[in-house]
Amino acid sequence: MSIAAEQATDVRARGLTPIWTCAAVVFLLCSLAIGVLAGPIDLGVGAVLESAAAHLHIPGFTSSLTPTEEAILWQIRVPRVILAALVGAMLALAGATYQGVFRNPLADPYLLGVAAGAGLGATIAIAYLPEGLRGQRALPMAAFVGGAVAVLLTYAVGRSARRERDAATLVLAGVTVAAFFTAWQTFVQQQNAETLQQVYSWILGNIPSTGWSDVILILPYVAVAVVVILALRRVVDVLSLGDDEAASLGIDVRRVRLALVVAATLGTAAAVAVSGLIGFVGIIVPHAIRLVSGVGYRALLPLSVIIGAGFLVLADVVARTALSPAEIPLGVVTAFFGAPFFALVLRTTRGGGS
Amino acid sequence: MNAIELQGVTVVLGGRPVVDRIDASVAEGEWLALIGPNGAGKTTLLRAIARLVSFSGAIALGGRSIRDLPRVELARLIAVVPQEPSTPPWMTVAEYVLLGRTPHLGALAKEGKRDREAAAQALARLDLLEFRGRRLGTLSGGEKQRAVVARALAQEAKIVLLDEPTAALDIGHQQQAFDLLDALRAESGLTLVAAMHDLTLAAQYADRMVLLDAGRVAADGTPRDVLTEELIASHYGASIDIVPVGDRLAVIPRRERRLTEP
Repeated sequence: MSIAAEQATDVRARGLTPIWTCAAVVFLLCSLAIGVLAGPIDLGVGAVLESAAAHLHIPGFTSSLTPTEEAILWQIRVPRVILAALVGAMLALAGATYQGVFRNPLADPYLLGVAAGAGLGATIAIAYLPEGLRGQRALPMAAFVGGAVAVLLTYAVGRSARRERDAATLVLAGVTVAAFFTAWQTFVQQQNAETLQQVYSWILGNIPSTGWSDVILILPYVAVAVVVILALRRVVDVLSLGDDEAASLGIDVRRVRLALVVAATLGTAAAVAVSGLIGFVGIIVPHAIRLVSGVGYRALLPLSVIIGAGFLVLADVVARTALSPAEIPLGVVTAFFGAPFFALVLRTTRGGGS
Repeated sequence: MNAIELQGVTVVLGGRPVVDRIDASVAEGEWLALIGPNGAGKTTLLRAIARLVSFSGAIALGGRSIRDLPRVELARLIAVVPQEPSTPPWMTVAEYVLLGRTPHLGALAKEGKRDREAAAQALARLDLLEFRGRRLGTLSGGEKQRAVVARALAQEAKIVLLDEPTAALDIGHQQQAFDLLDALRAESGLTLVAAMHDLTLAAQYADRMVLLDAGRVAADGTPRDVLTEELIASHYGASIDIVPVGDRLAVIPRRERRLTEP
């Protein structure tokens, strides 16, 4: 027994190791810096740092930027970078959470009909709301409501199947609801062909340059989702044993799964509401982390938040600078770079013992 | 007081009673082997005792109905070694065995020193300490099976339900696993209920045997009472010889030439 007691310090789960945490944080900080500095107008590293110091009221610093440059930095670039970081963190975290909860490596943040519901909400807002109302407030709210309604409906359908302990039932219900909402959305779109362009550009996904209002809109949802999911991250490891074994280890599977899915879904609905449909983030980021580090969910979930944030900031930089002044839809960028990157990671780590 | 008390336990699956009005009790510290042909209801009965399937009738642990117990408390009383445990390939042996500590942790808590010691002890008892950093995906079937038993031990429950726990083990590791469970039973009054197909093996370890057939108790008693040529013939459709070896029993199948048409 004394041998066991001595060895006990070695018997531990791989949590967030300092190396992976540092690497992730450095990646995020670099991404944020690139996101703030990149753009059609060159603000200069020194001037940006001075301005930041001045805004933080550090004595002895005054900004050397012109008022216009100040506005570009603080009203356009910084909020856009933060918005991209929030959306990326949320999508990556939701993807990792769904993969754990549903024990399906291909589960993505749009699994339970969020995307279809949000798409319908946004399409209705674009097609039927008067021009003036359509803008900054109404569209995200309509998309959020659509996404949330779709998920509630998915739950209702899943529960009515009376096999509530079976995760697959919920996924099938999600597919059903998504098909229905997509059909409805297509119908509305066809009836209002003049708004096709606008609907289309929303569906392709974009981080809007709308200042701080969208950041404030989604921050509470993302914050709650991140706190709830990270608090339960050890339980996600238990859930990966399947419903029965998790239950025999004392987990109230239904309740825990509900908490995790609701948190991930509400966060996703909020993210989709401001950014449209940005694919691949929720699959690529968790899988890349898994393939490189081989960690379980307790480390994967927090790492997904950090890496997901950095990843989408970089993708957004590409979206707005590659063909400047035109913007490429962000959803196109994530798919275009995401898929080959994923193939590369898959190839280089194949047979790495996982 | 009995560790487990079953009264009229019935489990209906797909409109058919898979477990049918079973009355039985298991004394504290007893080793009960559940035997019976495929589809007799052994696994389902174990699942009912762990409240993994809904049942009618009453199941009590130490006098307390399991319906009244919160999940966490139930998991502190009963550990389950399933027939086909899922062993995520990316998980290390240490991480896997530590999951056995889940019922002793709050939903939001992390494992502490006490949990790591319990896991290390369980690993040591199953000769798995050196494997602690290995991924489950790199283990052999037998090593995995031992990790599953180690996880159940780390749970430190007084009752362990085992569903064909050693089917994947060679005879040496079978013996090791059962000797270990037997030693734990003597040391700490562990109560064991194991569904078993290997009747000879079951006869070496079990104090008592319950023979199930079509969801009903067909026989209940010591191995000598239950392992008779007539009972095995009528419920398994097998022709065997029961051979006493000292005070133990061996079940040996008879080879019968089943002639085919020329």
